[in-house]
Amino acid sequence: MADVFTVAPVLTPRPGALSWRALRFWCFRWSRTWRSTLAGNVVYPLVYLAAIGIGLGHLVNHHLAAEHGAGTIGGVSYLAFVTPGILAASMMQIAVHEATYPVMGAMRWDYAYLGQLASPLRIGDIVIGHLGFIGVRALFASSFFLIVAAGFGALSSPEAMCGVPIAVVVALAFGAPVAAFAVTRDNDSAFSSIQRLGVVPLFLFSGCFFPISELPAVLRVLAMGTPLYQGVVLERACSLGTLGAPGNLAHAAYLVVMAGGGFAIARHTYRRRLGR
Amino acid sequence: MSLLSDTVVHARQLTKRFGEFTAVDGIDFSISRGEFFGFLGPNGAGKTSTMRMVACMSPRSGGELVVRGMDPAHDGPEIRAGIGLVPQEDALDTELTVLDNLLLYGRYFGLPRKVVRERSLALLTFAQLEDRAGAKVDALSGGMRRRLVIARALISRPDLVILDEPTTGLDPQARHLVWERLYQLKQQGVTLILTTHYMDEAEQLCDRLVVMDRGQIAAEGAPRALIAKYSSREVLELRLEETDRARALAVLREHAERVEVLTDRLCCYGEDGDQLLELVQHTGIHPQGVLVRRGSLEDVFLRLTGRSLVD
Repeated sequence: MADVFTVAPVLTPRPGALSWRALRFWCFRWSRTWRSTLAGNVVYPLVYLAAIGIGLGHLVNHHLAAEHGAGTIGGVSYLAFVTPGILAASMMQIAVHEATYPVMGAMRWDYAYLGQLASPLRIGDIVIGHLGFIGVRALFASSFFLIVAAGFGALSSPEAMCGVPIAVVVALAFGAPVAAFAVTRDNDSAFSSIQRLGVVPLFLFSGCFFPISELPAVLRVLAMGTPLYQGVVLERACSLGTLGAPGNLAHAAYLVVMAGGGFAIARHTYRRRLGR
Repeated sequence: MSLLSDTVVHARQLTKRFGEFTAVDGIDFSISRGEFFGFLGPNGAGKTSTMRMVACMSPRSGGELVVRGMDPAHDGPEIRAGIGLVPQEDALDTELTVLDNLLLYGRYFGLPRKVVRERSLALLTFAQLEDRAGAKVDALSGGMRRRLVIARALISRPDLVILDEPTTGLDPQARHLVWERLYQLKQQGVTLILTTHYMDEAEQLCDRLVVMDRGQIAAEGAPRALIAKYSSREVLELRLEETDRARALAVLREHAERVEVLTDRLCCYGEDGDQLLELVQHTGIHPQGVLVRRGSLEDVFLRLTGRSLVD
């Protein structure tokens, strides 16, 4: 029936082009508002690195040297131990933040999703665009973090560069399921609970700051099951150059499944919410 | 097919259900190229649900729908590429400037950066916002925001523009400025669809409209034709003392074409409102309030549904 209309010809976009347009929107917007994201993405992780890695690390190393004759954890300084932990935890925090308030904002405050829905973009493109942007944020934040960490002498292997793609996967593993949940909410009241009951305990007890072998047996098993622990182990393997160690594939698979599953659920919840 | 050759939107038994609730209950309508078509009705009549289906943002629950020659169920992106939507909510990015809002939106349509920029600047002039290009959206008045949303909807040079309650919440002057821009679009041959609960807006802008109530179409036609059919040339509105009501009604029922009794006033339909008023005053009744006006779509709605449009 289309031939009877003299409409402007519409070029069928290449596969992925529509998703790319959604991602480009978030990137463009970030290019205008990035200053307000500096504190959370760049400054805080570095403050942790300095205060805990270097400040507290000094004490820890002294203590270990006095107790065990060597100022190291598993053969590395406390700074080298804690740096990948802070990196992984930062990715979780960035992703959870980006998948909560901005999703709510796009849904009900500035209606960015509505604008996208009225354009050629499909709901799947809207999901990919926003989750993709979480990946972009992780890419930038982790690269910057690792450059500074290298400057501090906190990295002991060139494999540390692999920390960037792993950081992206960690961010998506958290961002996708959280966004899938956030889009179903009518207001932002649940988001502070995610912080209190999810992000903070994971941050403290997933092996970022001390080896989980220090935890009581029950808690240790629990900690090993958390998604952040997988990220911490992988980031640590990168910075120490032990990425090839057995078991890392399983940690990576855990995160990939979580990101992929989160994406599938997000597509479903976004459809229910936007495509009514 | 020849029937549809000049049809931009064609709906038969179009239905939208949300669970048990039927928002749009099997409606039929057709919109021709270049037409300014209206959906008039109170809040909850099913106008926005219809709009969302036509804009290919919401799947239909039943019936047929063809938009720009394509089926929304399969060709959503292609259809939307030629539609400009002005949603009820401004949906503007308040963290960005006026110009950035247009630039960003244009990029959704896959337009090259240079093209989007040129069009954005031209559209800012169209919307009388050229000196606001660098301003934050937050700093704009309600009327300016609406004009910006309309400008944004035009960035892809759509042949179909859908406006959902475009002047709700605007003061009269700002409304007129919006109407002027919409009229200009019509003159350029753009097909426009408008939903509104303002009868004067529908009357002034629409070539043709449907009156919607409870998910169904109560009447269809050109505004003047609907008024001629369901109302009268003039309407006398009377506010009376409770004690005068019965007496006035007796006179009016005899001489007016029709009388509607509302809680606060009587609406009397006839060729000559002043003449009706004289007849009432002749009986010694002094109304507390009197208004003689031309028949309007408000009267059409009242006649069709027994309720007033804006409550």
